Amino acid sequence: MKAFGYTQARDAADAVSLAHRTPGAGFIAGGTDLLNLMKDGVQRHDHLIDVNRLDLAAVTGTATGLHIGGLARMRQVAEHPAVRKGFPVLAQALLASASPQVRNMATIGGNLLQRTRCGYFRDTASACNKRAPGSGCPALAGWNRGHAVLGGSEHCIATHPSDLAVALTALDATVHVLGPGGPRRIPIGEFHLRPGDTPNVDTALRPAELITAVEVPNSRTATGSRYLKLRDRATFEFAVVSAAAALHLDGRTVRDVRLAFGGIATTPWRSPDAEAALRGRSLTVETISEAGRALVRDAVPRHDNGFKVELVQRALAELLNGMGGRR
Amino acid sequence: MPNPPHHANTHTRRTVLKSTTVAAASTALLPDAASGAASPAAANPGDVVRVTLSVNGRSRVVDVEPRVTLLDALRERLGLTGTKKGCDRGECGACTVLVDGERIKSCLTLAVMRRGSEITTVEGLADGDRLHPVQAAFIRHDAFQCGGCTSGQIMSAVACVREGHTGSEAEIREWMSGNLCRCACYQNIVAAVADAAREVRR
Repeated sequence: MKAFGYTQARDAADAVSLAHRTPGAGFIAGGTDLLNLMKDGVQRHDHLIDVNRLDLAAVTGTATGLHIGGLARMRQVAEHPAVRKGFPVLAQALLASASPQVRNMATIGGNLLQRTRCGYFRDTASACNKRAPGSGCPALAGWNRGHAVLGGSEHCIATHPSDLAVALTALDATVHVLGPGGPRRIPIGEFHLRPGDTPNVDTALRPAELITAVEVPNSRTATGSRYLKLRDRATFEFAVVSAAAALHLDGRTVRDVRLAFGGIATTPWRSPDAEAALRGRSLTVETISEAGRALVRDAVPRHDNGFKVELVQRALAELLNGMGGRR
Repeated sequence: MPNPPHHANTHTRRTVLKSTTVAAASTALLPDAASGAASPAAANPGDVVRVTLSVNGRSRVVDVEPRVTLLDALRERLGLTGTKKGCDRGECGACTVLVDGERIKSCLTLAVMRRGSEITTVEGLADGDRLHPVQAAFIRHDAFQCGGCTSGQIMSAVACVREGHTGSEAEIREWMSGNLCRCACYQNIVAAVADAAREVRR
């Protein structure tokens, strides 16, 4: 790693102010993604602001939902009784992520900000528009088995790797941030950005903004939520394809549903069309496969990743069948 | 595990590492925030910071640049080479240590971030010559070949047992998944963890 300066921030306002006035600064929380990127020279900072001592780690069940501090650790959230009871998809997605050691370290805020696992992005010998804008995207015509079939552009087709973000998308979460201009709230659906012409910009965060919390509203769909993650090995692996469903069933009728997917898109991917194919209708083999077709209608498969178009539909069917589709 | 005795005229890997510790000292020392200084710790690129860690129950001081990982501080500044450096990317688990009782990967955290933390390495498990039940179980079950991953496996297993994730072979495999073994001793590692869990609960 190249040399960098270091400051331990006292509180959130201090951290933001330091980041605002220190050139080349970045926040460090769990460090589990950032330090790898810095060791490999993929990401460079002249100064790290340590936010680990900030009082932002609490997880609280409130009257309206769940308040998760930006510095809450993955394990802490996964084990929290209010999460397990009211938001099972969240606990399941977290426990399907990383390893026990990393879940003790990595924070909720940091998880949302983790960078893509695209091999070209992480290899500084390769061109990459996300890492070095304008240098090209070798994945388009190269090895793209792990890449996106939805939400890509001619500049980037890298997937977002977070399971947590997929679950939070199905739960309609809101990200709270604090920046030099004060606090603001960003709906999870607007937090991660598609690559478009600026694949180097991953999120809606502005310079020096810090994630202070994630808020998840109570809902009937949240209580009946579930996560399915398909991997190349049984555990400790990123998703080839994943699906999160938040479902409110009345008998066999879908009162409400939110569906989100990982591994297939450049961002955590919500599919309003797939939801519309189910909402108000009976959960049957037919409506589930209709939802699957709606999900992949605009898919752009590449040389090695076409299998995901079929696989994600099967994942959705498997998930929904287990939630009452076969009754 | 007890350290082997050092012979006066023999340069072992440990003594070489210890002598480099002295050479790492620098003039640009900054005060340790944990010692009660009012302002938060701050360092410029290249500055050396004084960090006090509690390692295996002893207070230890290291002078390191902010970019030094906890793993490198343990091995190369404190000479605690029981903690192994495998991938240095958080994938293999060979560097697993306990921080404030929880297992973490010491290659993915900076020493400067762990001021005041209680760190337990494999050197701190045994009670004198009495091995920790997990260490003893690894020997009983022949749960290693080359040994490269073993201290990480043992540290992870200590936490796994304490967390109560040892209800079945499948559960042990899932909760030990952050530790890879290139020799593929998994069968015996799982048996050792299950046995150690029974031992600890007795």
